[in-house]
Amino acid sequence: MIITRALTKRYGAVTAVRSVDLDVREGDRYGLLGPNGSGKTTLVRMLLGLVYATSGEIEVLGRRIPSRAHEVLPQIGALIEEPAAYPHLSGRANLALLDAAGPGGRAARRTRRQRVDEALEQVGLAGVGRRPVKAYSLGMRQRLGLAAALIRRPRLLVLDEPGNGLDPRGIRDLRELLTGLNEAGVTVFLSSHLLAEVEQLCTRVGVLDDGRLVLQDHLTMLRAPTGRIVLETPDADQVAALLDGHVEHRDGQRLLVRCDDAATLNARLVGAGLRVSSIGPQQRTLEEIVLAVTGTGSDQVS
Amino acid sequence: MIKVELVKLLRRPRTWISVVLTCALPFVVAVFITVTHLVPPPGQGSAFLSAVLQDGALYPAAALALVLPVFLPVAVAVVAGDSIAGEATGGTLRYLLVRPVGRTRLLVAKLISVIVYVLVVVLAVTFTAYATGVFLLGPSQAAAVGQAPGGGVAGAGGGAVGGGLAGQAPTAGLAAGGAVTSLSGAPLSLLQLTERIAGAIAFITVSMLGVAAIALFLSTITDSALGSALGALAALVASEVLVTLNAATVIQPYLPTRYWLAWIDFFRQPVFWRDIQRGFGIQAAYVVVFLAAAWANFSTKDITA
Repeated sequence: MIITRALTKRYGAVTAVRSVDLDVREGDRYGLLGPNGSGKTTLVRMLLGLVYATSGEIEVLGRRIPSRAHEVLPQIGALIEEPAAYPHLSGRANLALLDAAGPGGRAARRTRRQRVDEALEQVGLAGVGRRPVKAYSLGMRQRLGLAAALIRRPRLLVLDEPGNGLDPRGIRDLRELLTGLNEAGVTVFLSSHLLAEVEQLCTRVGVLDDGRLVLQDHLTMLRAPTGRIVLETPDADQVAALLDGHVEHRDGQRLLVRCDDAATLNARLVGAGLRVSSIGPQQRTLEEIVLAVTGTGSDQVS
Repeated sequence: MIKVELVKLLRRPRTWISVVLTCALPFVVAVFITVTHLVPPPGQGSAFLSAVLQDGALYPAAALALVLPVFLPVAVAVVAGDSIAGEATGGTLRYLLVRPVGRTRLLVAKLISVIVYVLVVVLAVTFTAYATGVFLLGPSQAAAVGQAPGGGVAGAGGGAVGGGLAGQAPTAGLAAGGAVTSLSGAPLSLLQLTERIAGAIAFITVSMLGVAAIALFLSTITDSALGSALGALAALVASEVLVTLNAATVIQPYLPTRYWLAWIDFFRQPVFWRDIQRGFGIQAAYVVVFLAAAWANFSTKDITA
């Protein structure tokens, strides 16, 4: 769905994106992670033909960007940084106007009303009525921005920080909406620095750091067991003595043991008369994975 | 896309506020003239004002002369300067472009919506001024229009006083020295007057296109709507200064405001076409040059706002 080859963008002396080979496949829920200033927004804007690459190639839905962007953009729904709308108009009027600005002519006009209603329904703004957008809350604006991305019933969603401004319920609604759309065949590509959001939603992740794509893999692969067992026991000393040589790390009652099978280890400890309060395979969180491969980002000046 | 731009223009409160304010100035002037019966002597002050006491139906021309030097260019510079920069600041530009709307199409649609805006303002001023003139200053007696040296224009009812007034008019007019063909006193029928006002409206609208194109170009360079509007106004002020400067005679034919007042020539008998044609020509040149520059800049620009 999205392929880039050696994609690079320089603004003067600053290199925002360095030789990125992105690979988003049909049906993915792809999360692009990275600290602030790592190049996520520049990358997203290049995919949509807003920013021109310095070098490298972009292919979206099988078409070259930016030369043939006009052919694929109608099939893409996009949210780029903050949502935007004309503040004196209602949400519905904004969506209708935006849709009318795009291609499609008479055919698009015939279905416009229905598509706008449907999009407002999908994002939970159906009952908002004629209120002008300037009276909207931050979360409502974000929902309206999502609705704007959905009015053309896109095959591909490109969402830059879609969770911004949403409260916990809004985040859950967003997750359910995107999962539902994805099951209906829409490929979702989103960028975020909210790791928990991506961890719960995405099937594949890429990590940008200082303009480079330092990691790109399936989330399940990244989070595969590490070959270590985490166990907690009130009899930590005895356990450590019993498993001498296999304990990699000890922190009070918590032990990290090199071993593949938690059930066997548990049976062995219980057989030896030692108490175990919790046991399970060690899984790295997305946070640990991302922090391990990224630098400090641009916020922190050191 | 053009339709969308027009909807945006017409549904925006700012559009109507600026129209009402622009119409209010001539109205206030008319009220004062009605109350005091004081008008500037022919050839001084704003064009046509000296004539309106004799003929209220001439007030649209006087009103246009009142709003043309400042109000209209300011309004046009604000609307055109906001066109791209305002969308960029509001964030809506990127959403329009990924809809997708072609960048060239967007520029042309913006320019057309500015033209429509100018027409709306000029027509609103004309109609409210006609109503004001007829109701406050009295209806048309056999209208006659005279013209004075230096571009100041006087008109008088029945032609009896008109000739004398125009002949005496001093040269402190508005335009920078047009040719003198004093034709005072020649009567204009209502049809002729209407035709000539229509011609003047068309010419004034076109005169604003140069400013509009400059503001639109600046609007593609900066994301600040204020900056591009003020930039365009600065260009106009510079042009106005140079137009009155004898030392700058060489470049004067190419200044955007040089022929702005040529619409007054529609009210000469017969119509004096030379400056009107040159005015159309110079505005066309400014539109072509600055629209091309705007296109060259905008179509290759990274949209980071």
